[in-house]
Amino acid sequence: MNKQTKNFHQAKWDEPVIFELSNKGERGILFSEIEQEIEELIGDGFSKLPKNMIRQKPPNLPELSQMRVLKHYLRLSQQTLGADFNVDIGQGTCTMKYSPKINEKLASSLKLTALHPAQDEITVQGILEIIYKLDLFLREISGLDKFTFQPGGGSQAILGMASVIQAYHDSKGESEQRDEIITTMFSHPSDAAAPNVKGYKVINIYPNEDGLPDVEALEKAVSNRTAGLLITNPEDTGIFNPKIKEFTRIVHEAGGVCGYDQANANGILGITRAKDADFDLCFFNLHKTFSSPHGCGGPATGAFGVTDKFIKYLPVPLVEFDKDKYYFNYNVSNSIGKVRSFYGVVPAILKAYSWIMSLGNEGLKEVSQIAVLNNNYLLKKVLEIRGASAPYAKGRHRIEQVRYSWENLYNETGVTTEDITCRMADFGFHMWSSHHPFIVPQPFTLEPTESYSKAEIDEYIAGLKRVVEEAYENPELVKSAPHRSVIHKINTEALDDPAKWAITWRAYLKKKQK
Amino acid sequence: MSKKKIVHPYIPNSVPEIKAEMLEVIGAKDIEELYEDIPEELRFRDEMNLPEPFPSEYDLSRHVEQILSKNQTCQENISFLGGDCWQHYVPAICDEINQRSEFLTAYAGEPYEDHGRFQTLFEYASMMGELLEMDVVNVPTYDWGQAASTSIRMAARITGRTEILISKTISPDRLSIIKNYCKPVVTIKQVEYDPSTGKLDLDDLKSKISAKTAGIYFENPSYLGCIEDQGQIISDIAHSHGALSLVGTDPISLGVLVPPSNYGADIVCGDIQSLGMHMQFGGGLAGFIATRDEERFVTEYPSRLFGITTTAVEGEHGFGDVTYDRTSFHDRIEGKEFIGTAAALWGITAGVYLALVGPHGIQELGQLILQKSQYAMKKLSELQGIRIPFNQSSHFKEFVLDLSETGKEVNKINKFLLEKNIFGGKDISDEFPELGNCAVYCITEIHTKDDIDSLVQALDECLNEGGDRQ
Amino acid sequence: MKKIGLIINPIAGMGGKVGLKGTDGATILSQAKKLGAEQISPERTIGALKRLVFLKDEIELITYPGEMGGDVSKQCGFNPRVIGTITEDNTTADDTKQAAKELCNLQIDLLLFSGGDGTARDICEVIGDKIVVLGIPTGVKMHSAVYAHNPIRAGDLAVLYLQGKVKALKEAEVMDIDEEAFRSGYISAKLYGYLTIPFEERHTQGLKTGSPPTESYSQEAIAQEIVDSMDDDHLYIIGPGTTTKSVMEKLNLRYSLLGVDVIYRKKLIEVDLNEKKLLEQIKEKKAKIIITPIGGQGFLFGRGNQQLSPKVIRRVGKDNIIVIATKHKINSLNGRPFLIDTGDNQLDLLLQGYTAVITGYHERVMYKIDL
Repeated sequence: MNKQTKNFHQAKWDEPVIFELSNKGERGILFSEIEQEIEELIGDGFSKLPKNMIRQKPPNLPELSQMRVLKHYLRLSQQTLGADFNVDIGQGTCTMKYSPKINEKLASSLKLTALHPAQDEITVQGILEIIYKLDLFLREISGLDKFTFQPGGGSQAILGMASVIQAYHDSKGESEQRDEIITTMFSHPSDAAAPNVKGYKVINIYPNEDGLPDVEALEKAVSNRTAGLLITNPEDTGIFNPKIKEFTRIVHEAGGVCGYDQANANGILGITRAKDADFDLCFFNLHKTFSSPHGCGGPATGAFGVTDKFIKYLPVPLVEFDKDKYYFNYNVSNSIGKVRSFYGVVPAILKAYSWIMSLGNEGLKEVSQIAVLNNNYLLKKVLEIRGASAPYAKGRHRIEQVRYSWENLYNETGVTTEDITCRMADFGFHMWSSHHPFIVPQPFTLEPTESYSKAEIDEYIAGLKRVVEEAYENPELVKSAPHRSVIHKINTEALDDPAKWAITWRAYLKKKQK
Repeated sequence: MSKKKIVHPYIPNSVPEIKAEMLEVIGAKDIEELYEDIPEELRFRDEMNLPEPFPSEYDLSRHVEQILSKNQTCQENISFLGGDCWQHYVPAICDEINQRSEFLTAYAGEPYEDHGRFQTLFEYASMMGELLEMDVVNVPTYDWGQAASTSIRMAARITGRTEILISKTISPDRLSIIKNYCKPVVTIKQVEYDPSTGKLDLDDLKSKISAKTAGIYFENPSYLGCIEDQGQIISDIAHSHGALSLVGTDPISLGVLVPPSNYGADIVCGDIQSLGMHMQFGGGLAGFIATRDEERFVTEYPSRLFGITTTAVEGEHGFGDVTYDRTSFHDRIEGKEFIGTAAALWGITAGVYLALVGPHGIQELGQLILQKSQYAMKKLSELQGIRIPFNQSSHFKEFVLDLSETGKEVNKINKFLLEKNIFGGKDISDEFPELGNCAVYCITEIHTKDDIDSLVQALDECLNEGGDRQ
Repeated sequence: MKKIGLIINPIAGMGGKVGLKGTDGATILSQAKKLGAEQISPERTIGALKRLVFLKDEIELITYPGEMGGDVSKQCGFNPRVIGTITEDNTTADDTKQAAKELCNLQIDLLLFSGGDGTARDICEVIGDKIVVLGIPTGVKMHSAVYAHNPIRAGDLAVLYLQGKVKALKEAEVMDIDEEAFRSGYISAKLYGYLTIPFEERHTQGLKTGSPPTESYSQEAIAQEIVDSMDDDHLYIIGPGTTTKSVMEKLNLRYSLLGVDVIYRKKLIEVDLNEKKLLEQIKEKKAKIIITPIGGQGFLFGRGNQQLSPKVIRRVGKDNIIVIATKHKINSLNGRPFLIDTGDNQLDLLLQGYTAVITGYHERVMYKIDL
């Protein structure tokens, strides 16, 4: 039973766009009536407004009674395949692990949700304690000396790293000369894109035959223009760069700062640390490695840590403890200022804290070891599938994920990664390709994390096998997928055509009329 | 933790037999072998110094609740704090929807398995579009600070210029975010405000704007709470210099206030926290960016933009990414700025909120806030020693209270209020030293007349009855 | 109804299996036949046509008779419109050119042709950039970038193009080597021109089939970076190719697409210089060379730009060689290094190793050069 694919069909409600459901006069919610005394004293409230600032016509929002709103959104939720429902190992690099429900419950407590960020410190000692202690935990995990949770995601944390690098060179009067950031092609695209926002030129190191950046290439890339290195390890291929310490040495010798993108840390908790490889900066994603849910794409947290030397550049405020109470420290001499308002996505901080408190030292190591076990098991099984391959590091084990290729399948059948993705949806599975750069042809990236049982991994593999068999026997079936999803193949052409694209309903109606 | 080996509930394959079976398939003798690529010198062989864990869910829950219980909340007290994070009522359905497993745990699925995610975010953008009267709205970014920063960088790319003018009444936090985000590519110059009205100083604007200016950014209502009624004039000045007009706004005000698109704004941004998100100690923020539907604007967004389209089946709506090639997912350098996980779930929630309030609800809500804040201003201004600096301007939900004449510092007064279970307004005496000893007070629909009267009474007590016991 | 043309060079590839390095010219052909070579080109073409056949009622296939297209078209289930005449078993390059000319006059939407570098040259000579073409690889020599990776991919790409799903086009190099010289162990490759082919994004990303960033967009970004960094002290020697061409276009200068041009202080000194003239130019002045890899194999020196001789390269110096390439071009090498074959082994050894390739505005890629 386990090894068979499910006779799945996704919910299909034919749910209209909410504007099509609108019925004049219906109400979803009512607010309090104004107290009579206020109205008598103040009037309608509009008289004080400048005439030109009063909105004359109410916005054209839909009108629906409460249960109809609820029903609409519940139906749309059923048309969304959350990680809680499927064997979500097809979204490699994203660490789609189980987000424990107890943490959701704790984060929904009024003791957190009803806190205003500008409250007096003495009224928020509980949440400050959690922020401070999570900082201590991540110091243990990374070996670095201070964390901030301000960045609202990994990319913003990378921006934070690039900003700290710039502030550091600023303080030495070298920031104009040092205008280059080095990264690798298999690091996350934001490791190149975010420094570019900060005005940096970017040097990407192309992988060698083993999928790794060469030391020789780095030596050629560094100079007195090098501001720093931003590098993911293990890279998105799941291959750990064993020469990483040589990388930091070379960059340090050239006067650069080293930032470790630890978005792929799920296989190395308690195994190897940023400190051990001599990094100055690093970040973790609380919404990936530390179980805070992905929320359809956030809210999230990029926990950003530094060594002592770089604390003075961190965004303000830092959360500190004076043995008596927790407090905000705004006194950070060379602070880059802020990257996000207030203290970050606090519920994600709480969830990560709670997750670590459930596991402890041994539990975290077990998480990583099982994530790696699952991944290598999956690797073995995927390589048995016709048409699938895992470029680079042949015969080696990988850390927590692998970037595979359907190139052989494509050459033999004309079926693409995209086609397979669509067909996998018919079995209730998700299979992602990759983001930039598109070095691996017909890529797909799988990361099984520690959360999925062997039986579930087997089920996913059975899904892949089935689709591949179809690709060889009846490619049209795969190419015309999905067949059992909410909708059928979309027409993407309109999405790139200014005359046709419609990003809002009002734009859609206007263009439809034309 | 007991020394007995447990199989943790989050890690199914910890079961020894399964582990062994999988290792056998892999052909490795132990898990250690799988780490062969990590050299010994990089291996961490110590224990991480972490507290003893609580593998029992009950123990864990007790532990965390016990820490959280040390907090005092805006629910247990009456709070008048505002300034970039606001206490509004959150309808039950907002929480119901954003806690649905489907939305909570989905991430980056395709338009097929995640059709619902695409549709809800398209609908969110569409309803925001109605509120803003603009045709393009992004999938939310981190917060207003990021939205403003990106609006500014977009303006710089669109105009090919690298200087931006920003009103001095901007939130200092936000300015700090913008400064870091723009450095060293875009230069920031600040424009003075009129000390009597809190509105933009037009003469100063005219003296600073030039052919180098990419845009002028101001907020309406401003951080100091004033409604800017010179929007059209400001936009005209910007446009006459080939610059763009960028406006930050609180969307919950737009049931009663004219949206910025009506006074010439080219790019509008702001935060949607007020639309159905709990404050969460600042964790409920999410930024929006809106523009007209012109190619030169659309192609400069770094964010995801979800569009509606047709499918292989007649009459079926499908959704997908509009001009995905703009993004750094598509090209790391040539993509616009960068894209990553930001705040999509709050976008879905804000959509639920707007669908619930509807056209009349948003208007009634706005009116309620206007009436209550005006009542509070009136009552407070009657107190001895309290002045409302920008009295001549109109306000939405926030206003500045000048306490200089009381001879008591804002933080002292707030300590006094705290003892009365009142969180006084946000102290801005450091942020706006030129205003003196001031606080920004925020009144929303959640405040009753009694709440406001208690504030007035407590302040009266503090100021006039020698109540400062510090 | 869309019109698609098909030309098969039936003898292409025959020299390969029997160890000849090509099949150009009648003597070699008869030699190949003597060695027992059989036609493989029509058979390989079927691989591509099969991918297209489901469109047979929506497109009109026009081709030459018999072994030049008619036979396999019918065999695959098409009902082709056959034009022209040939002498079966004795077709030549002239037949290819004649067919290309006639099909071009019929205003077809896409020309599929099967063959190798020689065939591409013949097509290029007649067609230039007048219509969109796509090569089905069936020949021995495959240095030209106009061919799909294999016949199936050629068929698939043709389908996408005919369905309007691939709209972007690119100019692809037509290269050929001198077969005689090749047989005697010396490679002399020449860039003969460019054909316009559909732009295939091989590395699909998610479900977005929309327009890939066009080569011209990337080239423009590279040109901007180059122009921004040009100094007044150096002569700039601009090698052949469409990427280097964009630098000249950015500067509004006249250029030779296939030749080597020289500029100084952003003004044109001379177009299409040979080795001798180049050496004269750089005798007194410091110079930099701007080059881009040529063709699908990624040659930096020694193919299609022999004017940039060992002497020239040595005079300019290794540190003054600026390599530019779009990321698409680099990715299309599938991880294979750039190649050099200057004819001077010592120099080749000197040039090998990592180099910083300019791939966009403010963007470089460290990429390996090998022998």
